[in-house]
This record gives sequence, C-alpha cells and structure tokens, in this order.
Amino acid sequence: MKTVLDFLKNLGLARLIILGFFVFLCAAAILLRLNLAELLTSSLARIGMWGVLVLAMLPAIVSGIGPNFGVSLGILCGLVGGLTSLEMAYRLEGVVELGGGALFFIAILVSMPFAVMTGIGYGWLLNRVKGSEMMIATYVGFSVVSIMKLAWLFLPYSSPEMAWPIGRGVRVQISLANRGITRILNDFLSFRIGDVVVPTGLLLFVALCCFLMWLFLRSKTGTAMYAAGDNPRFAEAAGVNVNRQRIVGTILSTVLGAVGILVYAQSYGFMQLYEGPMFMPFVAVAAVLIGGASVKRATITHVVVGTILFLGIQVVAIPVANAFTADWSSMGEISRKIIQNGVILYALTQAGGD
Amino acid sequence: MAPESVLKMTNIGKSYYGTTVLKGIDLEIKPGEIHGIVGENGAGKSTLMNILFGMSVIHSTGGFEGSIEVAGESVQIQSPEEAMALGIGMVHQEFMLLPNFTLTENIKLNREVLKPNPVSRIFGENLKSLDFDVMNKDARKALDRLHIDIEEYASVAGLPVGHMQFTEIARELDKTNLKVLVFDEPTAVLTESEADHLLQAMKEIAADGIAILFITHRLDEIITVCDNITVLRDGALVGHRTKAETDVYELAELMVGSRMAELAQSTRDLSEKKPVLELRNLNVRMPGERVRGVNLDVREGEILGIGGLAGQGKIGIANGIMGLFPSEGDVRLAGEQLPLNSPKESMARGLAYVSEDRRGVGLLLDSSIELNIVFSAAQNQNQFVRRWGPFSQLDSDTIRQHALKYIKDLDIRCTGPTQMVRRLSGGNQQKVCIARALTMNPHVLLVSEPTRGIDVGAKRIVLDTLRKLNEELGMTIVMTSSELGELRSICDRIAIVTDGKVAGILKPDDSDVNFGLLMSGQKAEKGA
Repeated sequence: MKTVLDFLKNLGLARLIILGFFVFLCAAAILLRLNLAELLTSSLARIGMWGVLVLAMLPAIVSGIGPNFGVSLGILCGLVGGLTSLEMAYRLEGVVELGGGALFFIAILVSMPFAVMTGIGYGWLLNRVKGSEMMIATYVGFSVVSIMKLAWLFLPYSSPEMAWPIGRGVRVQISLANRGITRILNDFLSFRIGDVVVPTGLLLFVALCCFLMWLFLRSKTGTAMYAAGDNPRFAEAAGVNVNRQRIVGTILSTVLGAVGILVYAQSYGFMQLYEGPMFMPFVAVAAVLIGGASVKRATITHVVVGTILFLGIQVVAIPVANAFTADWSSMGEISRKIIQNGVILYALTQAGGD
Repeated sequence: MAPESVLKMTNIGKSYYGTTVLKGIDLEIKPGEIHGIVGENGAGKSTLMNILFGMSVIHSTGGFEGSIEVAGESVQIQSPEEAMALGIGMVHQEFMLLPNFTLTENIKLNREVLKPNPVSRIFGENLKSLDFDVMNKDARKALDRLHIDIEEYASVAGLPVGHMQFTEIARELDKTNLKVLVFDEPTAVLTESEADHLLQAMKEIAADGIAILFITHRLDEIITVCDNITVLRDGALVGHRTKAETDVYELAELMVGSRMAELAQSTRDLSEKKPVLELRNLNVRMPGERVRGVNLDVREGEILGIGGLAGQGKIGIANGIMGLFPSEGDVRLAGEQLPLNSPKESMARGLAYVSEDRRGVGLLLDSSIELNIVFSAAQNQNQFVRRWGPFSQLDSDTIRQHALKYIKDLDIRCTGPTQMVRRLSGGNQQKVCIARALTMNPHVLLVSEPTRGIDVGAKRIVLDTLRKLNEELGMTIVMTSSELGELRSICDRIAIVTDGKVAGILKPDDSDVNFGLLMSGQKAEKGA
C-alpha cells in the first residue's frame, strides 16, 4: 500500500490528471463503440512520428538549457535537407534514379551540417542568456520561422512538385508521395495484428535513436554534459567546460529536431513549410513534461512515456469528442491545446523555488 | 507574581535526516539578564535559535523534541510571526532592511502607526494614512536608547554597516511587548568601536528588563557583558557558567573541549622537507573570502592547516589554487609554474580538491554514489573510460568495483553504490567527496571544511582518513577549517589567515592565546 502511495506521489498531481484523462478517453472510446483497431493504428503511427522530436528535448534538458522551445530551428534545418533531397531527385532525373529510402537518408545527411552549425550558434546565444533560456528560445524559434518564410520564397528550388505553379518560391505543403518517400519507415517490416497496423520500421528507428542517446549519455562527453546541466558549479570544479557542454546539448537537440521532422514528414506524407514549424516545439515540450521530466531533469523513460501518453490522447480525443456531438468537432483540438499549454505552464511553475 | 524566568527551553533535541544536531539542551533566562551562548561553528547555536523562532526549516524536517516556556507558559511556536507575538525579537546577522526607506520607515515596517483620513472613513482600514509624526517620535525614542545620533528621516542606503545594525536593533526595541531579544553574531560585521558601542547598548537594554540572548564566538565580548553563559559543543550542552565563576580560558576550553585529546598532536619536524606548493602574492577574488597577497609554502609530506575567522579569506586560498575563482599571483607546484584560473590544469598537475560547499560544488546530488566518486577521474584522467576512436563509454564494471572499495575503505553508510547522494547524511556525502578526490591519486590534496555540518562519529572517520593518507601514502594535505581544535589535532603547522593575508604560522601545540591573537590581526601587530 505504501509503495503504491509513493508511486502516486512520485507521479505528481498533473500527471495523474492526465493519466486519468487518457483512461477516461479510452473508456469512452470503448463505450462509444469506436473502431479501436483504427485508433490503435493511428496512435502507433502518431507516437512514432513524434518520437524523435520529443527525444530532441532530452539533450537540451540534460545539458541544462531546459526544454528546447527553439527546436523549430532544427526542424527548419530538416526541412532544408528534405527540400534539397527532393531537388536532387529532380535534377538527377535520367542520370540516377534515387529511391525513397535513399532520398530519406540524403535528406538527413544534407540537414546535418546545417543543424550542427545552427546548434553551435544557437548554443552560443543560449550561453549568453543563462537563466532565461526558455523565453529566449521561444522567441528565437518564432523569429527564425518567420525569417524562413521569406527564405522559402527566395531559395533556388525549382523542382515542379515544390515550386508554385506561378510566381516564385516553394509551396506551403509539399507531397513526398511522387518520390516514394511517404511512409518509407512506417512500411518497413510493417505487419498487421488483426486490423491493427504496426509501423515496425518507424518504431525501430525511434528505438534506435533512443538507444544511441542512451549510449551517448554513458560516454565521457555525455556524463560531462549531464554534470554541466545538473550542477554547473560542480562540473566547472571538476574541469568540465560548462558552456561547451551546453553547446553540445544544443547541437544534439537541433540535430534530433532535423531528423525528427523528416521522420514526421515521411509518415505524414507531406513537408509543411511557412507556419508549419511554428508551434511544433510546444507539442514536443509538453510531451516530455507529461512523461515526468521537469525543466531540469529528463530521462529516456520520460520521453517514451510522455510521447505515448500525450500523442495517444491526441489521437483518441478527436473521435471521442466528435462522437459526443458533431457541433463540437474542434473539441479534440481544443482539449489537446488545453493539455499542452497547461502542462507547460505547470512545469514552468515547478521550475524554481521549492 | 512575576514569573521567575522569561524564557525556558527544556531538553531540546533535533535531528535532520537521522543526524542528531542537538540533544538535551536546557536554557533559562530571567528578565534583564544577558545570557551568552558560545560554541564553535556547527555547535548547534543556529539550530537552537531556529527552534525558538519556529522557523519552517525546523517544522518541515520533522519538528523538534523538548518544550519551550515563555513567561511561565508552555508555548508551541510554529512560525516566526508567533515568536514575535510572544515578545521574542531577533537582530539578524544579515540585514533585513529596505535600503531606500528611511530609518523610521524601516523601524516601523509592518507596524506603522495609522491615522484616519476622509477616504479611509469611507473605504475602511486599509486606506488610512501613516502618522509620520508619531512614527518619527517612536523611532527617535528607540534610536536614542541606543545613543544613535543620526536623523530618523535619513534613508538607510549608504549608511555605514554599524548604523544598519543599530537600525535593526532599534526596530526590535520599538516593539512594545519585547521580552527576549536575540543577538546572532552582531559584532561580526562591526568595527571595534562600533562593537564596544553595541555591547554598551546591550547592557542598557537589559537594564530595562529585557532579557538578551547573545550568540557569538568572541569570548572576550561574552565575558564583558554576559551574566550567565551556556556552552554548546557538537549539539550537546557542555555547561552553564555564571560570569563570576569563569574566564575566557575556561570557556575556550569548554568550547573546544577534549576533542584535541582524541588524536595525538603532531610532533613531526618536517622543516627539512622541500616545499612542494609555493604561493607568492596570491590574490583571489572570492566574494566574502577575498585573498589579498598570500605567501605560503607547503612542504612535501606535511599536513598544513589554514585557519582563521569566517570572512578573512582562508577559504579563498584553496579555491584560488584550484581555479574556481579569479586569481592572480605566482603559484608553483613541485617547482613548476601552475597556470591559474583553470580547474582542469590544476587537476592535471596533481592537485585535487574537496570543496567547503559540499552540496553546491562538491556533489551531483541526484546522481549515484559511484558516478560521483569517479566523475573527476573519468573527465580529467580518462580513468574508467573505454574508447573507440571518437566514441567512449564509461566502464561500469570497474566503476562498480572501485566504488565498492571506497564504500568499504571510508565506511560510507549507504544502501549500495547506486544510491542517490542526496539521500546520504552529511558525513557520508563528505566521504563521497573525499573518495572522488582520492580517485585522482593527487600529489597534493586540498580539503576545505571537511567536517562542517557532519556528526561527531563521521568527523572522526574523516580526520582519521586524512591522517592515514598522509602517513601511509605520504600525501601532502592542505586542510582549511574554521575549527581550530580540529586543525590542531591533525596538522603539522597551522597558518592563520586574517584580512586576506597569512598573519602567522603556528605549531599545533602553541598556546590558545597565540592563536587568538593572530586571528584578530590588529592585536597581533601590537604584540609582535
């Protein structure tokens, strides 16, 4: 009994409410005789889609810069990689036929140098604003997304599936289907259990990223980064360059953001530019916080639990709300936003003091 | 009939997380009495006062044992507000004043005298005006009792420290129900003449029937003003003395106690040994512990103590050598110039440091014991690290073995090497810090305040460990401590730091008087 109470105490009120809400939604889905197989299928896909983006929060929190509200920078790098890869496919038509898998990895490779460079600069900036990283990160994210709206208009991409039919610039939403990138991970080794489709490749890819992160955290640099975030004065006294470790954390977060958006896009089938990346960081931040992380402390377990809970709620909430009344069709979206912003608010109030 | 005693604390005990910090303390004060409480750092003085004031740090950690009576009635003090309502006042060590308010406003803060005005007649109590005439008169009266001749309408910002202290006292005096006034190290920040003035004022306050609890470690002040004296040591009551039956020497002895006899003093003569660590004109900008031009030689194989009063700079020396605070000067280790301001360089050249700020600098509180022990060695010496090109992994098997060895050697009480350091008691946390320093196999070990805030048994183990390292491995140790008794029990020589400089170097068996004189710098110059 005591251990149960301890467990509940560790879980915290906010997470209990959310867990309760999730259970309530699932119960409602069953009572309303919704198509459970379909819900489970889209839950699995949704969880995999967001997995890497939520994982991007981990190195940021561990290195001490807090939840990376500016992961949209990484997302933009990933989108540049994706567009470049599509452009390559177009330019090389007739020379080499690049398959979906190759294009996906080219996209990741191309985005990498951008993400690393961005991470260095962004980390340097965050080292200058210690104590208000989250606020600065949020606005850096907003600003850069806005600047990139201009850039999308002027970058020299000419592939017809990207360009507007008239005028210049790239479209708001770019389909990946023509090049065979859509669901390239999801469908790899995919199988069915009854009517439930398991996106094996997608889940494996997320698991691989988590595993690599786990290995990194046990490396010499990983431990140094952890110490820099957990207790900067300790780390400094032990000969660790705290600022450098914070930059390492920022780079990793940005790189994972870039990979994350490409994983997301291949599952969704589209890349979304312009406004697209603006609010994505908030979903990732909320997910990791729901999983049990705080703005100072996070583990891979928090990432996994948070992704399952938060994205699971998103998937189940919409049809449940719709089933109650058609007039409330935006209820699912509204409840997602309430949870998302509520959880972020809760975590921020827990950040300082005791 | 007036009650015999205005404050009576009986059999007070307190423990934090299983570490007993106070036990069996009795204290009784009569109106008009000045009662001194003496004890070294960590003897339990502050904890006792926290209990008296019902501070939340006491109640949030499980309360305390024993009973408190104020004016003959048993009371349960749950918060500082309740303590104040009972007539217990406190002059804080750190000033709690609003700098841009006038003396009057500070003195009357939250107890302002109000007068009605037309608006308040309609909208109620909260909109009444302040009655500055009455307030100024009250403030003047309180300041006059202290013989302070500054205007009550001057603002506090820019006043000399001494006057701020007196403003604090005036605020307490102005409270009409004041029965007991606690002075917590009030003279620490004052100049000599200000301190004399303060002691005089205390006598006058007591003459008005207010009981005073005077906490200090300056024994001469205690003897000057106190009627009765209570001595604490290691959280226990050592004795009550009246002024007539004691003197500075007896108090010093009671305060330091028989602890010195626990370990035999060093009688080694190491003057032939060559210096291994040479400091020349070392300056360290450590806030509150500035070092201003220290010259000091540490000889190969010795245990050198660095002592002195808090704030004089003794703590800054080791922090400067390790590169934790900006420093300048010339430091040589084994004849080679040591680059300053880089912890990495200092460690690479064979120095290791156990910080005085155990929880702040010394530990990763939310990590395992084993990670804490191996961290510095892994980062700086690649011990416990397996490498493949650019990739590395910590070697968990050897880390585990190493941690188990130190848990056994240093007797770290824990549930296992993976236990979180936060859950350990202070003494065991300290052992983890020492284990980390030792893991680096240092040539010279710098240890600051190794026994601060840990219980007697653990102190013993820590000191024994240091001595053993020195004797068996020939490790040179520089130990900084506020506890003179401790330094004298294990060091070969003790440098006393006053005003950021080395005031002198003594042998452990030099007389108390010599130590005392060096610690209060000025007097030593006269004596020299």
